Amino acid sequence: MKTCLVVDDSGVVRKVARRIIEAMNFHVIEAEDGEKALEACNCAMPEAVLLDWNMPVMDGYEFLGNLRRMPGGDVPKVVFCTTENGMDHISRALSAGANEYIMKPFDRDIVAAKFEEVGLVAAPFQETSESDHPDQII
Amino acid sequence: MTPPDYEYLRKLLKDHSGLDLSADKQYLIESRLLPLARKSGLAGLPELVQKMKGGSSSLVAQVVEAMTTNETFFFRDKVPFDHFREKIVPDLLQARATRKSIRIWCAAGSTGQEPYSLAMCLKEMGAVLNGWRVEILATDLSQEVLEKSRSGIYSQFEVQRGLPIQLLVKYFKQIGEVWQINADIRAMVQHRQLNLLHDFSQLGVFDVIFCRNVLIYFDQDTKTNIFGRLGRMIEPDGFLVLGAAETVVGLTEVFKPVSDRRGLYRPGEGRAATAKPIAAAALRFAAATG
Repeated sequence: MKTCLVVDDSGVVRKVARRIIEAMNFHVIEAEDGEKALEACNCAMPEAVLLDWNMPVMDGYEFLGNLRRMPGGDVPKVVFCTTENGMDHISRALSAGANEYIMKPFDRDIVAAKFEEVGLVAAPFQETSESDHPDQII
Repeated sequence: MTPPDYEYLRKLLKDHSGLDLSADKQYLIESRLLPLARKSGLAGLPELVQKMKGGSSSLVAQVVEAMTTNETFFFRDKVPFDHFREKIVPDLLQARATRKSIRIWCAAGSTGQEPYSLAMCLKEMGAVLNGWRVEILATDLSQEVLEKSRSGIYSQFEVQRGLPIQLLVKYFKQIGEVWQINADIRAMVQHRQLNLLHDFSQLGVFDVIFCRNVLIYFDQDTKTNIFGRLGRMIEPDGFLVLGAAETVVGLTEVFKPVSDRRGLYRPGEGRAATAKPIAAAALRFAAATG
């Protein structure tokens, strides 16, 4: 089972993200800031990181730079998940080595789509994913 | 909803759009039409039906739109766009090397995500298409969705469904809370209102037709009829792309599936019998099959 590290200073967001990502068959670990996230990566490098930007102690951007410089730190697929939704932030994140970028608010479909995008999960047959979808009910 | 009201709406939708609802889709009608009734200041569906029977043609048009507007997102299902990049365009680059033009029709273009996804695919291919003329025509039944498609403006939610972040950065501009696809991509797509039940032969002949997730609305005879008419508008070596849940099998001989390419079809033997190809096209067809 793949591991996803969820990094966010909000316990509520971590809980919501955990529920979504566990349903996608990941083992989820949590960290409440960038420094704790680096410690977790030192212990064991995860396959995926869902990463908030603004956090106390060490923010997501700084964490990402540190992660990519660590031995094996190029392995995890890093998906930002932040309220910072400006083009400037997105561009900075991509140049720092982020693989994808989610603008909050987010939901299950967006996380699943982004995880597919970076090859963490296989694409489902999308016609069956929505209950009120004409493809399915007509 | 009373059974007579349901029957009235069912028949009306069938006549106006070809939408073929089975007898148990009351909840679908309610979920789509209650918001419309309220927006029109009506208490509910009985009042809506009454007003339609009173001869409100604008209301009829709105009802048809509300029932047929399909959800869509960028690079929906991914697989068709892999076909486009890996098979369709490379094949056409060879087959049209002299003509250097490709005509693509999105027959259910909806709010633009599909035609713009194709336009972005083409842009991403870079220099191989230099000097080529590529036309993308997006048609839809609904004026409202065509307007949205023309504007190229999408919500934050819409640009996060299926669109890789690198393409968002590359091809969109942020305008406050929304995102607009760049003018050069918008310029690659032309728009036109069209009901697939009506004659569409005036659109000319295409190399590629995307007709995804719209035929599911139609009954078997209508599907067969549309395939027949599509067959007359596609080059003998062209491509038809259907939705993941759709097929030609058992409906028509005009198109045949491409093996190992789910959802991809090419003109088949049946096309020769129904189509009236121009001489050059007939020649190419003979060459391709001979």
